Amino acid sequence: MTETPSAGTEPSLSVSTARKGAARSLIALARPAGGTNGVLAIMILVLCAGFAAFLPHGSIGPGTLQSMMFQLPELALLSLAMSVAILSGGLNLAIIATANATALLMAVVVHALAPADGGTGGTLLAVLVAMGAGLCLAVAIGAVTGLLIASLGLNPLLVTLGTMSLIGGLSVTLTRGGVISGFPEMLLALGNTSFFYVPVSFVLLLVVFGLVAALLSRTAFGISVRMLGSNPEATKFSGVSEVRALVGVYVLSSVLCWSAGLVMMARFNSASAGYAGSYLLITILAAVLGGLNPYGGFGKIGGLLLGLVLLQLISTGFTLLGLDQHVTNVIWGVMLLVVMSARKMMSN
Amino acid sequence: MRGEAGHMATGMLAPVGRWRPGTEVSLALLVLALAAVFGISVPTFLSAANFVDLVESYSVTGILALGVFVVLLAGGIDISFAAIASVAQYVAATLAVTSGWPPLAVIGAGLATGVALSLVNAFLIERMAIPSIIATIATMTAYFSTLMAWTGGRAIYTLPDWWTRRIVFWRHETDGGDIVRIGLPIVLLLVIFAATHLLIGYTRAGRQLRAVGGNAEAARRIGVRIGRVQMIAYGYLGLCAALAGLLQSYRVGQAVPNAMVGSELNVVAAAVLGGASLTGGRGSAAGVMLGILLLAMLQNGLTLLSVPSFHFQTVIGAVLLLALVVISRNERRVLRGTGR
Repeated sequence: MTETPSAGTEPSLSVSTARKGAARSLIALARPAGGTNGVLAIMILVLCAGFAAFLPHGSIGPGTLQSMMFQLPELALLSLAMSVAILSGGLNLAIIATANATALLMAVVVHALAPADGGTGGTLLAVLVAMGAGLCLAVAIGAVTGLLIASLGLNPLLVTLGTMSLIGGLSVTLTRGGVISGFPEMLLALGNTSFFYVPVSFVLLLVVFGLVAALLSRTAFGISVRMLGSNPEATKFSGVSEVRALVGVYVLSSVLCWSAGLVMMARFNSASAGYAGSYLLITILAAVLGGLNPYGGFGKIGGLLLGLVLLQLISTGFTLLGLDQHVTNVIWGVMLLVVMSARKMMSN
Repeated sequence: MRGEAGHMATGMLAPVGRWRPGTEVSLALLVLALAAVFGISVPTFLSAANFVDLVESYSVTGILALGVFVVLLAGGIDISFAAIASVAQYVAATLAVTSGWPPLAVIGAGLATGVALSLVNAFLIERMAIPSIIATIATMTAYFSTLMAWTGGRAIYTLPDWWTRRIVFWRHETDGGDIVRIGLPIVLLLVIFAATHLLIGYTRAGRQLRAVGGNAEAARRIGVRIGRVQMIAYGYLGLCAALAGLLQSYRVGQAVPNAMVGSELNVVAAAVLGGASLTGGRGSAAGVMLGILLLAMLQNGLTLLSVPSFHFQTVIGAVLLLALVVISRNERRVLRGTGR
């Protein structure tokens, strides 16, 4: 949240400072309460009103809202995985590859262990073992990535470019580019059942966002991650273990990818090395749109959620208006540039 | 990812013109070792015809990587070059086919499109202070999606004859009956290589580029106009991207809107493999060429060994990680001052 001194508290030492103060308070008026999040919230409201006015009557209803809540979790969890890395001053290009690799491993394990007769106990065991295996893989990927970045001092962009290529390549190689499909009902329930109109996966998403937000703002780990993102040198000299913090960041990021992988396999009833490929750059877009500083250190997880809602709203609304996906993409890209430019002008 | 101006500590600006062994030498040794391994296991690998083939197959990637390298040297990064190449290619193809423009006008319009789109990036990065990776991700999305919405994804198959006619500069028949042709792609790659080498090593603009990449704040204080330097770097990349787009359609004989998008990260990897530091200020055009040669040889050698093509991605990832570890050790030695 930004604090702007109002004209009243500014001591009017000279004409120029008084004028400056007045100009500042004008900007403060123009800037809606709550800074970035306020801007996003207002954009969301304007879009809602616009769609309500222009869309034919009856084309939006509770069903639209529900389908948006079904679509949001994968992109949101992946964006969260990207945001954690960005907050630490890094980037994780391997998020999609990690999500797909863990989903494929879980798919293989479920297929190997699930009993043929479909007994509940056996199936539950198989699903739990599969989830454990996927989690272990995610932790391993995150730990190796974090170690490479922290202990060798390598650039996160390059390391995760390498791991993305390696993990993605191995997934394609091991599955021969194919799709593994057909999972037990128990697993699919995560992707397509609702709880009083609210999809289970959306509830999961809110819980995960809450946990991650608390972890990043209320624990020593979270503080060291932000410090590392804002000034790595100072953080090192203040006695924070860079290796421990960065391994933590990339393990957390990979585990979030695992949860996204789980949601994807439940929703599509299949796993493949090629899913969600187009999401990679959109997650960066969502994070920055949500107010995360792209250089790391600053930003709130709540803003990310608003940014995601805005992206989803634009996508759903323009699809209902009959525009194709490419036009939506153009709007996303231009909107990011406009928001970034506006922020720059406001801060001047 | 750090700020463009945030690299005070790592920006070691080597004296211009002084040849510094390091990444280039280890890379050259790696290339030779790889050539030996493939040469022993597949005799045809070392034939002149195969060598020309493998260089030609990477000519488009090479031109893009050299352009990206100049931007990396200035401390920026670009993801939008493949989208720019596609737009430039399609604009030129449309002008040639539906408007019937003459060859030189078409090529000029294509190159101008590339430079203009890339200068928009420079404007956003410099004037609007948007980090280069964010700005170019956004413009990549905007450029490419506009192209797809405009064309509906339809390719132009009927390029004029002057566009697709093979241009061969040198032709030689070996004793075995193989025909070795040095065509337009290789010559263009060499021209861009020479131009990049001259630009960064022997011009005032090149020195300023390295200075801004090494330490933007220091460069600004000694009077380098950073905005102008960014415009040169991104303008040069735009030119290379447009040229690569035109060359790609020359090679395949058609203009396909989505033929080039998706290879961005491999191109960046090739530039980095050649020793371009992502934090700016370091690297050489020769290193980038060696990085390209390494990737081209890997792909060609694995294909000749009948390794299925989907293994290639895994190999690139492993090689990139390995190269990073080696480069980081070199750089640390250099930074500690015991490297030379």
